Amino acid sequence: MRKEVLLACLFALSATCWPAIARANEFVFAYVGIEGDPYYLAGRRYTGLTLKQPHPPLPGAKMAIRDSRIIGRSLGITFKLIEKAAAGADELATVIEALHREAGAKVFLLDVPAAMLRATAGRLAGAPLLLFNIRNRDNDLRNENCAPNLYHAVPSYRMLTDALAQYLFKKGWTKVLVLRGPGEADQAYAHSFSASARRMRLEIVGDRGFELTNDPRKRGESNVALMTGGPDYDVIFIADQDGEFGRYVPYQTYLPRPLVGDEGLTPAAWHWTWERHGAPQLNQRFARIEKTRRMSGADWAAWVSIKSVVAAIRKTGSSDLGGLRRFLTDPDTTIDTYKGSPSSFRAWNNQLRQPILLHTHNAVVARAPVEGFLHETNYLDTLGFDRGESKCVLAR
Amino acid sequence: MRPRFGVFRRGFAALVLCCAGAVAFFAAGAAQAKGTGLIFISNEKSNDITVLDSKTNTVIRTFQTCRRPRGMHFNADRTQFYVGCADDSQIAIYEVATQKLVGRIRGVEEPETFDLHPNGRHLYISNEEDATVTVFDVESGKLLNEFETGEEPEGILVTSDGKLVFVASEAADLVHVIDVEAGKIIKDIPTDVRPRRFALTPDEDELWVSAELSGMVNIIDMAALKVVESVAFRPTGFRREQITPVDILITKDGEIAYVALGRANHVGVVNVKTREVLDYILVGKRAWGLALTRDEGLLYVANGLSDDISIIDTKSRKNIKSIPVGRVPYGILIDD
Repeated sequence: MRKEVLLACLFALSATCWPAIARANEFVFAYVGIEGDPYYLAGRRYTGLTLKQPHPPLPGAKMAIRDSRIIGRSLGITFKLIEKAAAGADELATVIEALHREAGAKVFLLDVPAAMLRATAGRLAGAPLLLFNIRNRDNDLRNENCAPNLYHAVPSYRMLTDALAQYLFKKGWTKVLVLRGPGEADQAYAHSFSASARRMRLEIVGDRGFELTNDPRKRGESNVALMTGGPDYDVIFIADQDGEFGRYVPYQTYLPRPLVGDEGLTPAAWHWTWERHGAPQLNQRFARIEKTRRMSGADWAAWVSIKSVVAAIRKTGSSDLGGLRRFLTDPDTTIDTYKGSPSSFRAWNNQLRQPILLHTHNAVVARAPVEGFLHETNYLDTLGFDRGESKCVLAR
Repeated sequence: MRPRFGVFRRGFAALVLCCAGAVAFFAAGAAQAKGTGLIFISNEKSNDITVLDSKTNTVIRTFQTCRRPRGMHFNADRTQFYVGCADDSQIAIYEVATQKLVGRIRGVEEPETFDLHPNGRHLYISNEEDATVTVFDVESGKLLNEFETGEEPEGILVTSDGKLVFVASEAADLVHVIDVEAGKIIKDIPTDVRPRRFALTPDEDELWVSAELSGMVNIIDMAALKVVESVAFRPTGFRREQITPVDILITKDGEIAYVALGRANHVGVVNVKTREVLDYILVGKRAWGLALTRDEGLLYVANGLSDDISIIDTKSRKNIKSIPVGRVPYGILIDD
């Protein structure tokens, strides 16, 4: 009863009491996806079994808008979220421009494949708007394919694999067997892990590609015991985005060794079991908005994108994009990620510096940067491409 | 949050004078003078309350309470205490002397902390998940009022004249000011990141609020209702992100502030007038809750991630004892 009354009051406020302010002082975020995006097509598995089904992180964005309503009240601004699905790659930039022109949207959360991100960020160079990558982990987007108007809320593959490598080093698990799937994402993940392993002086004792097949002639690529025999190792890293192969690897390995990567200990932006730094409150708020599933890393990325911009508007006292950009990449900025460390975007590639959670299916085992990994300016910069190694050139 | 005993007593005395409740005053005074010598600690993950004997500083007993107990507060005459249980959405009321459950206020959405209005009846409660402050009558258990706040309201403080209520919204970086008589929020004061708890100076000219993620305490001028100054903490050997202040206490003479520094595992000692940090006292892991004894000789600190209480001698500023309690200790109440 109480809640209904409260809700009614909220609607009343936005609909009748504040209309003039709302129109004059509205700040619009847009969530843009792709119609019929294959990334989200359900039932990709045999007999209705779905293993790693991603979901559009729209609830994360909605939560951020809800979280910001009282901040808006104190500023006299209404934060608004609009959603739109573009018909395809060619239409994406046009849709963004139209939303900017017609609905006044200034900040865009892009839930689109990496290729579209690369093309669109280029086409929109110089436009008075900010784009946030809330899906793609590809390293090139933080390096040679970076763009001055494109900000990355999701961690890169390199941040994830650096986090894992730090943990392995700390545990003294320095000999690693790599198993990689045939997919593009698997290759990118495994490649990134190799680079992290070099940085952490881990030894990759074997790097083997697997295939999904029962063909007896291909046992060397499909039989887990055979694939994990040979040299001794401390741990297995597996890159298997689909999860179909990976789920049969634990308990079938030749040596009794733990798994990391896409099975076992997994690095991620968020996990629903994280219970420090206010995380239970965030997870419970999410559960009020989305009842059918738990909060994912993508939801967190959508949420933190809006949260960062709202913090920037508050601190700069303006919605001027130049000021917002300066705030986002100011090293003294404190964005509360609910992961503990004050965060901000890296000035050299627009990547949100953030802790990475190393989780199993039901627990967060560690938070990276792992204790003891130091950095001259910000220890979060031990994860991902540091200023000196970044190939990104941001001509602002 | 809690032991603004000085302030509370003054407020109570003022109330008594204007309401001519002399009998109540003496009764309360007598109850206070007795004191059971018990110390109560709420353990938010083991759903129980540890009872310590303040003379020997040993655990006398531990009893089960409702789920996720956090904030605690005495009633007006200190014969009872309230425990907020977030996961049961209720406030349990216990008798101090016997720790018998004597009542429950139900339907309080995820209470975190609360403060008692000087009228002794109205409990102002921060409802973490609902992003509201609710006001309940402790005698009838009825909901009297509700205010919409930013996300994750936490620290809450009623001024001794009962006119204003301050609420910190952790996620909105705002301190809301409620005008009790008007029954509405009259101001949203911007703070640094993640405001958590309050302490008032005894003259009530300044309200100190911890900004957890900024590693600071913001000082709000009570006349201007805005942040005018800040105190930063930099204990040796800790990085900025590890310095996460939460609970604050100011001594009755208004000279010293104690600030629990969370992940920095220290309590900061601040000269209130000069804003100088005088000392850092090593305690257990993730120190949040604080409580002072009546003579202010001992400071009790709840260490959430080492499941223990540190006891600090405030003269030598040394940790003289630590006592294992339940899982994730949160609040401390001292009945001395």
